[in-house]
Amino acid sequence: MLALDPLLEGGLLWTPLLIVLLKVVVVFVIGLVATMLMVWFERKVIAGMQNRIGPNKAGPFGLLQTLADGIKLFFKEDLIPRRSDRFVFALAPFLALVPAFLAFSIIPLGGDFRDGNDGIVTWFGVETRVQLADPHIGVLFALAISSIAVYGIMLAGWSSGSKYPLLGSVRASAQMVSYEAALGLSLASVILVSGTLSTSGIVGTQTTLTNWNVAATGIVPFIIFLIAATAELNRPPFDLVEAEQELVGGFNTEYSSIRFALFFLAEFMNTVTMSALVVTLFFGGPQPPSYGGVTLDIPLIPNGLEGTIWLLAKVVVFLYIYVWFRASLPRLRYDQLMDFGWKVLIPASLGWFILLAAQRLARNEDWNIFATTAIAVAVLGVCYVLMQAAFAVSNKTREREGAQF
Amino acid sequence: MELIVFVLASAMMLIGAFGVITRRNPVHAALSLVLTLFGVAVHFVALEAYFLAAVQIIVYAGAIVVLFLFVIMLLGVDKAEDLHTEPLVAQRWLAGVAGLGLLGLLVIAVSRGVEMLTTRAEGLATSTEGASGDANIQQLARSVFGDYVVAFELTSILLVVAVVGTVMLARRRVPGES
Repeated sequence: MLALDPLLEGGLLWTPLLIVLLKVVVVFVIGLVATMLMVWFERKVIAGMQNRIGPNKAGPFGLLQTLADGIKLFFKEDLIPRRSDRFVFALAPFLALVPAFLAFSIIPLGGDFRDGNDGIVTWFGVETRVQLADPHIGVLFALAISSIAVYGIMLAGWSSGSKYPLLGSVRASAQMVSYEAALGLSLASVILVSGTLSTSGIVGTQTTLTNWNVAATGIVPFIIFLIAATAELNRPPFDLVEAEQELVGGFNTEYSSIRFALFFLAEFMNTVTMSALVVTLFFGGPQPPSYGGVTLDIPLIPNGLEGTIWLLAKVVVFLYIYVWFRASLPRLRYDQLMDFGWKVLIPASLGWFILLAAQRLARNEDWNIFATTAIAVAVLGVCYVLMQAAFAVSNKTREREGAQF
Repeated sequence: MELIVFVLASAMMLIGAFGVITRRNPVHAALSLVLTLFGVAVHFVALEAYFLAAVQIIVYAGAIVVLFLFVIMLLGVDKAEDLHTEPLVAQRWLAGVAGLGLLGLLVIAVSRGVEMLTTRAEGLATSTEGASGDANIQQLARSVFGDYVVAFELTSILLVVAVVGTVMLARRRVPGES
């Protein structure tokens, strides 16, 4: 029973071990460099949208600005507030950073998924995938990691021993736990359609444009996933966790120097990871766009490498969308945030999931698919009316009892 | 290899469990609980129950303990509690007795069950060897939504009733207004 350690099966093989080590290093470096470029990209794009120039002094186009800021942060004084809980205060930045890097490890970063290939490439005579890990639980790993990520922010706020960070972290925990449900439910639609949990398997099923999960699941789970992911990331318009105008700085008010930099790094790393996850789940990951037998192929580049280029292109689109959100949307009020999460996103994703499940069952059992869909829609309609009635009653009761919120 | 993982994960669990009852600060106790839950998840992975490991992390570490911490922060009970006042008389003695009783029951159950587990092993006969990573989940789904579907649905009704009941009980009515 060496299932725990596939590397040791049949003696110690050095090549797979070295490949894994190489992958770890590459993923780590990609993570750091992507974060650096993302910070630059965000500042530059926002500057463009606000008719400014943005960073333009350090390096060509200001590309090295983030590096300069990072080095500056390293040399700043590291403060630990007297009323803080020292151990948890020191631990929190790492609890934020580590999940950010871990989640990146399950993203297929390339490989050839075309013509029935399942993305396996041969490096130095060893068959492997262009992703650090392909765990059995696949995307559930991402979900587990994103549910761990809340600890960093929460404990940072609590351990600072100060009011504003505490408020920020209380908001963070409520927000992230609420939106995680919507995130998981829209993810369930993808898993239902793909029939597998593994990220490479999910990419493998998205062969043509109509098979891309954004079309195959109907567009609703994608929209819900994107919104819930933005809330999970605490990015605008869901950045109540670090609302500068209300909370001084939010959960990271008391942090300085490199500890602050770690939070910053984690936040941008998470944005990159989440974009890559959206692309993997809904937009075919490294698959090139292909429709009706015509595949958009980049000439002269091997298919495996081409996957990486497609992935990168798609991820950049989503990073741009996140920056766009930040530049154009005002922050939600706290009650709006909670209402939106619990009363709109979660019921919508659950209803859509049930609809997809009904269709799937109809196809498996050879029922009339239109009749099944119609019945499912009717049942969901009744549920919707009941839910609205419940909201109406609760609002009336609130008003009668004189509730303030 | 399995032994090393077992020992490490068990050590994690025991240290965490010990921390839960010895740390005076409720937040530290909750964090120790997270350590214990992670230890359980590692055990699940070592037993090739990957799905259970993921659910363990998502539900327990990711939601339930976060909720504990949320309540601790919201109510501001993060000061060390004074342990000398006992709201319930003799609760510590009773807790000790109950703990010993539970330990006794567990020891008896395991020692009785050791024969079943090692020899007959009916429940463990279905192997996931050679199957894809999803076999685990398919087996689980078959038993939860197939063999035990009534119990499963009853449990979910029970949970809904509990939630509604909590809301009804905890709701504060403003006196003087009807």
